[in-house]
Amino acid sequence: MKRRIGTARLGLPLLLLLGGCDNWQSALEARGASAISLKHLIILIVAVCSVIWMLVMIAMIHALWRRRTAWRAPLDLVPPRERRLGWIVSICTGLTAVIILGFTVASFFTTRDISVAGQDDLTIRIGGLQWWWSVEYLDPDPSAGFVSANEIHIPTGRNVRLLLQGDDVIHSFWVPSLAGKQDLIPGRTNEITIRAERPGAYRGQCAEFCGLQHAHMGFLVTADTPEDFARWARAQRAPAANSADDEEIAAGRDVFMRKPCAGCHSIRGTQATGTSGPDLTHLASRAFIAAGLLPTSRGALAAWVADPQTLKPGNNMPLVPLTPDELRAMSAYLASLK
Amino acid sequence: MKERVVLDLSKLPLHALGPASVTWWGTLGFMLIEGTGFALVIAVYLYLMSLAPIWPLNAQPPNLLAGTVMTVVLIASVVPNIMLSRWAEHQDLRKVRIGMVVMSVLGIVPLIIRVFEFATLNIKWDSNAYGSVVWTLLGLHTTHIITDLIDTLVLTALMFTRHGDNLRRYGDVQDNAMYWNFVVAAWLPIYGCIYWLARI
Amino acid sequence: MTDTIRRAQILDTELKRPELTSQLEETWKTERGLWGALSTVDHKIIGRRYITTAFVFLLLGGVLAMLIRLQLAGPEGRLIGPDRYNQIFTMHGANMMFLFAVPVMEAMGVYLVPLMVGTRNIAFPRLNAFSYWMFLAGGLVLWISFALDMGPDVGWFAYVPLSGPQYAPGKRADIWAQMITFTEVAALAVAVEIVVTVFKQRAPGMSLDRIPLFVWAMLVTSFVVIMAMPAIMVASTSLILDRLVGTHFFNPAEGGDVLLWQHLFWFFGHPEVYIIFIPAVGMVSTLVATFSRRPVFGYLPLVVALIGTGILAFGLWVHHMFTTGLPRLGESFFTASSMAIAIPSGVQIFCWIATLWEGRPVFKTPLLFVIGFIVTFVIGGLTGVMVASVPFDTQVHDTYFVVAHFHYVLIGGAVFPLLGAVYYWFPKFTGRMMSERLGRWAFWLIFTGFHATFFPMHILGLEGMPRRVYTYQPDLPWHGLNLFASASAIILAAGFFVFFIDVVMSARSGNPAGDNPWDAPTLEWATSSPPPAYNFAQIPVVSSANPLWEQPGALNVANGLHTDRREVVVTTITTAEPQARESSPQNCIWPLWTAIATSVMLVWSIFSPWAVVWGSIPIAITLIGWFWPKGTPEDEA
Repeated sequence: MKRRIGTARLGLPLLLLLGGCDNWQSALEARGASAISLKHLIILIVAVCSVIWMLVMIAMIHALWRRRTAWRAPLDLVPPRERRLGWIVSICTGLTAVIILGFTVASFFTTRDISVAGQDDLTIRIGGLQWWWSVEYLDPDPSAGFVSANEIHIPTGRNVRLLLQGDDVIHSFWVPSLAGKQDLIPGRTNEITIRAERPGAYRGQCAEFCGLQHAHMGFLVTADTPEDFARWARAQRAPAANSADDEEIAAGRDVFMRKPCAGCHSIRGTQATGTSGPDLTHLASRAFIAAGLLPTSRGALAAWVADPQTLKPGNNMPLVPLTPDELRAMSAYLASLK
Repeated sequence: MKERVVLDLSKLPLHALGPASVTWWGTLGFMLIEGTGFALVIAVYLYLMSLAPIWPLNAQPPNLLAGTVMTVVLIASVVPNIMLSRWAEHQDLRKVRIGMVVMSVLGIVPLIIRVFEFATLNIKWDSNAYGSVVWTLLGLHTTHIITDLIDTLVLTALMFTRHGDNLRRYGDVQDNAMYWNFVVAAWLPIYGCIYWLARI
Repeated sequence: MTDTIRRAQILDTELKRPELTSQLEETWKTERGLWGALSTVDHKIIGRRYITTAFVFLLLGGVLAMLIRLQLAGPEGRLIGPDRYNQIFTMHGANMMFLFAVPVMEAMGVYLVPLMVGTRNIAFPRLNAFSYWMFLAGGLVLWISFALDMGPDVGWFAYVPLSGPQYAPGKRADIWAQMITFTEVAALAVAVEIVVTVFKQRAPGMSLDRIPLFVWAMLVTSFVVIMAMPAIMVASTSLILDRLVGTHFFNPAEGGDVLLWQHLFWFFGHPEVYIIFIPAVGMVSTLVATFSRRPVFGYLPLVVALIGTGILAFGLWVHHMFTTGLPRLGESFFTASSMAIAIPSGVQIFCWIATLWEGRPVFKTPLLFVIGFIVTFVIGGLTGVMVASVPFDTQVHDTYFVVAHFHYVLIGGAVFPLLGAVYYWFPKFTGRMMSERLGRWAFWLIFTGFHATFFPMHILGLEGMPRRVYTYQPDLPWHGLNLFASASAIILAAGFFVFFIDVVMSARSGNPAGDNPWDAPTLEWATSSPPPAYNFAQIPVVSSANPLWEQPGALNVANGLHTDRREVVVTTITTAEPQARESSPQNCIWPLWTAIATSVMLVWSIFSPWAVVWGSIPIAITLIGWFWPKGTPEDEA
């Protein structure tokens, strides 16, 4: 951190861009094909602009402090010198136009570079909601599709087509390490393609202001090897784990179905079929709960259920009063939904 | 600072008329603002139309009669309006008084027709976006008729007082006439939008 | 003409100098006391009020900014909850744009343009008074709502559906929309006044090529206001209609469209930036010339650049919507058109540097702010070129990179010149100089504080930090730079504090300034500081772009005006040939009543659509009172 602050003060953006740091949600830590193209464009434009800025500064400093001849009245101008300046200003203006043209061309090629997925690629529908993400894997065979939330798995080395739809207000899908952002707009469908070459986890976050908990609307994109991905997808397609032999889990499941929980959440394989909250079928297989708020653990789940409004004020999950026993059973059940 | 007189203005008129006057340009400025407003609402109409699968959305197009009568009346009103403007230019108080009364009546008549227009739009403002935009277009134009009518009525009253026979009042009459022409001109594209685009 | 109307009789040619000034003073004066203050139409008094009020809003907006920095200094800050935070950042943006930046620039125009073109009052002085009252009412509505926990919380851009009937219950979004109406009415009124003042009230001989560049800038700005602000009026009215009477402009379920809002908003919103920026470059051109001790280099290219900026401003709105899913085909076009604005900006920068190069810089505080402006604005302009590239923008849009960018443009590009302008024109406003020593302190604190606060935000944005988040999680590596920015904001605030101290102290006890302390070339310096109520005892006659340099110590003037009615000279648009001696309205209380009636109607209409019907009646009555002739010599022709 210290080093970064030092360079920031020196005003050397280029160094910063080239100097790496460890961040799984950064346009500078590009890991996906799109993000890498974009990073090259960013470095190019920032570098050229930095040079321009320095040239302008040198010109200005020289203009301010250069040695001058004797005093002259304000209107006593020297025509040849004025003409020469006129030429210099014209040339600089011309150069400005040329540079802009160059940037436009570079932008054009970058856009062309950014991969576009075909219809037959893996297609995922992403729904943006206040304040979480619904994730629906579409498949030509409807029975092979499945629903999840807040965590997207993609196979490495393959274009993945995302259909983006805002289900309440406008949100924006942004995983800086993989691609630029794209908005989710009610009444419209946008598309974006992401592609990761290497396995890894990349964090994303809503980038369009969407209300009270805009700050806590994170998600995770996990790139797996094709084999891992296939395994994961198989597991996700399956209904929820049924650990009926564990008494505590069975009790928790009972609480879940009795209380209002089932009205909002779905757990496939049970009678919980609500759709206004995230699908919880494989909740415990995800790395985070509550849209990137807390790492998944039984303790975190218990804390969340016990008091969602303190952890994420204003979110749409109400506080459902539970006795300590019910809460313990509930957290056991939720933690069992691998 | 030493002042050196180089120009004598004492022969200049004490009030300027038409494009020489400040109020003429002010009126033009406000016409530009409102014209931009009209253009934008028409742009909204076209934008929504371009998105809609069918247009009008779930409604019959508005009946032509009231709107067409409105158009005829408004266009016809331009003739006495221009005459009034001429009379004002010639500072003919008697004719200006008559003209102002005529224009007051010609400001009220469209308001009556407008009631029938709203009634035969065949859609409510809260039915869908199409309804919202036609009601807004018509409403926006109606507010312009009303404001110009009030202005005309006040000016008419003024012309019958001791303040009437005054170069400045004649200038106001001319500016008011110009504004009415604008209200009429603004109606034509709106008429085309509401009544004819909905039939294409 | 009837005998009940008093006529103007006394010509200035008949009077000796002391009689002339005392007679003019009698005719143009503002009465003492509250009634005089409420009914004045003097552009200088209204302009000063406008500027002061706008700076009060700057102070309030600055307090909000400090609260934001305090909250974001560390991860998972608990100082401010999301509900209050959303109100705070919305208020900060709306306040700074609508209650500070635009009004303060227009207010500088209200004060300076009539003086710079050599006339005695702005065109439509009563409209000017009305404009100020509307602006004040709009500001009060916004801040009182905020104090009552009813402040808008949907962002200064109020995107639907978040601000629509379904997702923004209560009256917060309506307060935002109606505050827009207040401030836009005020801004549009001033725009028309300035256009007409510049077109028709220039001093005889001030042809188009002799208009001071600040006046050119205000003229272009006023046209941009006239063309841009109707869009936001249409947008905010549609929003209120959607919320109040159930229209469906923005409801996709009933044929409306969410992006329609963004098109309308940015068709206004992008020109809005230039409405703030163009006056600022006008100030820079003025300051550069005076403190380089020579006329500005490239008068014509600078005017063309101003006009070009004004026109291009309307071709850029889409660049706020690069991530909404535009057709790919259009991308290069949007990129090129958005970047094109760099050309007029570049021309201006080059001309200013050329002026400094061939001039003899005098390093007074105003010039320091100009230098600070060039250093900062060039960065802001270049990051502007960056976000104009569609692919680049997809990574930085709605992140702290953009926050950094527009603060560089707005603070570096507009507030620095404004502060320089305040140091420059303060002697004219008050008759007293500001402190050079405090000025230097203020400049260096603001300059370093600004860069240390906002430069790191570029990096934060690239590192993935989105805008408008009330907090961030500890596992994201943004803590250090945020803390650094927050700490630096204290330096920035200290700089503004010194500036305000300087203003207050200098207004009370600064050194007397004299008419023209900087030996500047334009007409506002040809009269006393502060100027008398009538601005000029005799109307200047101009034969050069730099009249006070052309003939040091002497001023060509015209005579033949009446002194017992408020009279100004009307001239032709291009060559400024005298056309008429036109009257200028007397002080009048009706604009205040009209503003009160309008405010009641607007606030009422948040709660009931019938307010528009019943509330219009008092407005009509007050307007009739306003326009009904009062029998003064000003009513006579």
